[in-house]
Amino acid sequence: MRALLVRDLRLALRAGGGFGLGLAFFLIVVVLVPFSVGPQSELLGRIAAGVLWLAALLACLLSLDRILALDFEDGTLDVLATAPLPLEAALSVKALAHWLTTAVPLVVAAPVLAVLLNLPAAGYGGLVLSLLLGTPALSVIGTFGAALTVGIKRGGLLLSLLVLPLYVPTLIFGAEAARRSADGLDATTPLLMLAGISAGVLALMPFASAAVLRVNLR
Amino acid sequence: MSLWEYANPVKFLRLSERVLPWLWALAVLCLASGLAWGFFGTPDDFRQGSTVKIIYIHVPAALMAINGWFMMLVASLIWLIRRHHVSALAARAAAPVGVTMTLIALITGAVWGQPMWGTWWAWDPRLTSFLILFLFYLGYMAMWSAIEDPDTAADLTSVLCLVGSVFAILSRYAVNFWNQGLHQGASLSLDKEKNVADVFYHPLLLSIAGFVLLFLALVLYRTGTEIRVRRTRALRARQGAGV
Repeated sequence: MRALLVRDLRLALRAGGGFGLGLAFFLIVVVLVPFSVGPQSELLGRIAAGVLWLAALLACLLSLDRILALDFEDGTLDVLATAPLPLEAALSVKALAHWLTTAVPLVVAAPVLAVLLNLPAAGYGGLVLSLLLGTPALSVIGTFGAALTVGIKRGGLLLSLLVLPLYVPTLIFGAEAARRSADGLDATTPLLMLAGISAGVLALMPFASAAVLRVNLR
Repeated sequence: MSLWEYANPVKFLRLSERVLPWLWALAVLCLASGLAWGFFGTPDDFRQGSTVKIIYIHVPAALMAINGWFMMLVASLIWLIRRHHVSALAARAAAPVGVTMTLIALITGAVWGQPMWGTWWAWDPRLTSFLILFLFYLGYMAMWSAIEDPDTAADLTSVLCLVGSVFAILSRYAVNFWNQGLHQGASLSLDKEKNVADVFYHPLLLSIAGFVLLFLALVLYRTGTEIRVRRTRALRARQGAGV
């Protein structure tokens, strides 16, 4: 398991692995927001938490097809499917690798970009905490979407269509937590719900992902 | 004689051919009488005027939109557990009908909301969850059409339907948390003494029955079509291989 994780991390970090693309996308989306809604810092401060959550979600989405597509093409997945390690565990590790290489940089960058959007000072803790709790769910659900569409050529658009509705609950609770803490309110309830969703999908989703991946490898 | 006998496509087709004319006739009868009674035979509401009559389309369509997804879920489960092809094809056949029902519910809701709430659309939990349901239907149908191999497609869409159901329910409660509603609570429930005033209630039940029958007829009919399409394709493939 550790070998697989190290391998995935290394592949992602080396040239051509696409590391940093998600981060750059995150940056660009956030920069584009003031152009589209206007530069008033009051308005930006009010929508900052929601915008950052949405941008992080889209940046995650963008990198999903990298989780499995290359390994599918070169046959690594077939090896993994016949390896003694259960496919469920292998996919969990892959989701973890995606989270480490895509989501963690986003969480680190979010407070910096929040300055650009004039997020109220009270909101930083809630923003980072909610992203930290919510992004594992995004990675794990995304792995399911990637496993579902891995056999389809040019499945990227379909992947977004399938995964985005599944992201709705995570986004609702995550953005709600970030918004509440930015408004100086108590964000415990949405944070707990968010943690619950993450824990639930972490436990159950790998089984669904492995099931559809087995169908696709048949 | 068990229900599973009809997992045999031939038997299923024979049964559906016998049942369908009756279903169509009953559906048309119920719909026509229910809607006519509702539109012309009931008084205008004290406060809502004649707009209240949208209820005869809006409520049954919304009901069938949810039940359509539920039927797909059951059919997907049957496919995953017992691997009857008819079941997978029925799930596939139900999706476009369900999405149409969802769309009808959304549109009639907007038409109703405009005079009553002064807005076509509001981000109310019920409205929002219906929009999300609509997206789920779209994704499900896109998945079916994206994959060529029918068995792979059936497997993948079945799992998608299962996972989607869990997330649809989750979203339903999440949006409740996210925004307070404009929409009234459930109009019909079995455990309430009185749901809607009696004058409106009976034609409403009739048009609900009409929508249920229409849904069944459409799904049976479309399942038959899917079976024939699959059979034609198999014949073609065999011919191609023989040459």
